[in-house]
Amino acid sequence: MKINDVILRTISRFVVFIILTFGVYLFLSGHNTPGGGFIGGLVLASAIVLLYLSTDIETVKKSLPLDFKYVAATGVLLATSTGFGSIIFGVPFMSQTFAYFDLPIFGETELTTVTIFEAGVALTVVGVLVTIILSISEDGG
Amino acid sequence: METLIIMLIGILVAVATYLILSRNIIRIILGTAVFSHAVHLLILTMGDLKKGNVPLLKEADAPYADALPQALILTAIVISFAVTAFILVLAYRTYQDVGTDDLDELRGARDE
Amino acid sequence: MNNLIVLPLIIPIMVGVVLVFLRPYVKLQRVISLITMIGIAGISIFILNRVQTHGIIRLDFGGWEPPFGILFVADSFAMLLVLTASIVTAICLIHAFSSIGEKHEKMYFYPFVLFLVAGVNGSFLTGDLFNLFVCFEVMLLASYVLITSGGTKPQLRESIKYVVINVLASWFFLVALAFLYGTVGTLNMAHISERVAEVGQGPLLTTISILFLLVFSLKAGLLLFFWLPGSYSVPPTAVAALFGALLTKVGIYALFRTFTLIFYHEPLISQTLIGIMAGITLIAGCMGAIAFKDIRLIVSYNVLIAIGFIMIGLAIGTETSIAGSIYYVVHDMIAKAMLFLLAGTMIYLTGKSKIDEMSGLIRNYPLFGWMFFLVTCSLAGIPPLSGFVGKILVGQGAIESGSYVLLALAFISSIVVLYSLLRIFLNTIFGETIISLEDEKPMKLGMIIPIVLFGIATVSLGLGAEFISVYVTDAAHTLSNPSVYIDAVMGGNK
Repeated sequence: MKINDVILRTISRFVVFIILTFGVYLFLSGHNTPGGGFIGGLVLASAIVLLYLSTDIETVKKSLPLDFKYVAATGVLLATSTGFGSIIFGVPFMSQTFAYFDLPIFGETELTTVTIFEAGVALTVVGVLVTIILSISEDGG
Repeated sequence: METLIIMLIGILVAVATYLILSRNIIRIILGTAVFSHAVHLLILTMGDLKKGNVPLLKEADAPYADALPQALILTAIVISFAVTAFILVLAYRTYQDVGTDDLDELRGARDE
Repeated sequence: MNNLIVLPLIIPIMVGVVLVFLRPYVKLQRVISLITMIGIAGISIFILNRVQTHGIIRLDFGGWEPPFGILFVADSFAMLLVLTASIVTAICLIHAFSSIGEKHEKMYFYPFVLFLVAGVNGSFLTGDLFNLFVCFEVMLLASYVLITSGGTKPQLRESIKYVVINVLASWFFLVALAFLYGTVGTLNMAHISERVAEVGQGPLLTTISILFLLVFSLKAGLLLFFWLPGSYSVPPTAVAALFGALLTKVGIYALFRTFTLIFYHEPLISQTLIGIMAGITLIAGCMGAIAFKDIRLIVSYNVLIAIGFIMIGLAIGTETSIAGSIYYVVHDMIAKAMLFLLAGTMIYLTGKSKIDEMSGLIRNYPLFGWMFFLVTCSLAGIPPLSGFVGKILVGQGAIESGSYVLLALAFISSIVVLYSLLRIFLNTIFGETIISLEDEKPMKLGMIIPIVLFGIATVSLGLGAEFISVYVTDAAHTLSNPSVYIDAVMGGNK
């Protein structure tokens, strides 16, 4: 039986972008305010899962040709190498540092190495979540 | 408040125990999930349920709550998520291959 | 410089992740993973020697000083175990190259072995109890994947039980952590030890300690071992060898750490109760080792006997007996991995797993047969092989403190080990050969080399006892004097 999911398809076209934006916002705000890589990653992953739900796996695979296992692996690599970076600089493992920069559009912005670590976490979460959901759903038939 | 939460934990643990003692794998997995929630609540309660502000820089002037239990719980939630996802996949694979989700039938002959 | 001690954790993770990207290149994966393990072994030797000259090394993550931050602590005990684990893993990997099969190798076998090693090393090195939990979980998740790799029916059947029981144990671990945090308000092991010593180990703390005892003994297979023989007998040989050598040892390490550093105030728990549990484990292990005919089960029950024996050293609790236990842990990691490899190879060669269905292997594979004899002698504790020193030290400690029951159990168990392994030896290695020359499967070089390497390791560990005793003595000294560890962690920043 084919389920009539016109509403879901139409809505999700807009909602996916709202969720993605919100995910990025959460991720970026995570340094001093609520948010962070983990939650941001969860929200991003939920947007992708919504895409899978509203269309079907093959269509998404065509437009988003990513192997999410590799996404997760990239994330772990990014997160661990920020820790590793502090070994190279001779400070205790996982040390963080931050500085203020004058960027052209944003004005004075605080940039910190934690963000790189958080980006790794976010990628890991997205990768792992989507991989798990795909692996359960793919052979379900 | 602490007493109430502890009672809630007790109820959750009782539910989890009941589920884990059944023979159906899905129920056991649900049981472990409920149990993990009970434990998270317990950690939260053990770090004092209170009072005080969010431990964030912007609110630095007010006395803030202990942030450690929340960090612990976040870690534990991530781990429990990963483990639960893994067992679900494993249970599904087992069901496909062995054709049962009943632990009694999974026992297998000892010395076949 | 202190950053060095995080390398045994971080290198396997990073390399493991890189190997995920190298999935199609199996040969490259093999080479990289082997080089990584050898590298970690080298780093561990360096750190171990540094600990001798500079004292215990600690690393505060992100510069947060204890008790506020999380930290890694490297003392001789931890480093000895990290070193042995790396060597054992490297040798098991060599065996895996020829035995595991390309299909599994492509299903991320090497990354998960490296994650397993990362978890094991992290558990040995961490200085706070919550990170111990996290590292346990890393190790267990990797082990869940490894035990199911292959996906045969018995594997799936056993791994469900293995996973469920370990998940339950993990949640109990968290319950214990929650109560401990509520009681002493810290999770740094040295800090907990200080606080427990200040307030005294009252009924509440004793209850918590029993909870920890329960959790760790489940992981170590001490008394609560019912899951162990089943789950250790199903995975592929190289994986089973890794499990038999590493996983239970992490539980043993945790028991040693908590009951010598934190909860040492109540001898009723830390000595009598553990002694009783160790005794029962020994007896049950002996019964299992004699009763079964399936070689994998006999080998798995031999793991239990070793666990019981090692824990007797803790139960006696003198410095001598603890040194004996440490020695025996190192020996057992090597010898058990060797035994598992031998058993697995035997099954591969004959295609059978019952000991009365095989016979006369020594005629087809003489070197293999004599290697089995070597490991039998080593596990039974015949000098000059590696099991001897550990046994003699535990025995000496038992006599010093007058624990004659444990002493008797320990040495009767050695005889049972000898009997159960000799039974395998006489049934399968000696006797009429059942494999005719044309049916004879050629022994793969990749299978016999790791076994021979383990053989060399056990002989040199026995002959080089004098050389290693420096490290073992230091480790035992740190374990039996908690203040050494506490001073190193809580003292001024180095």
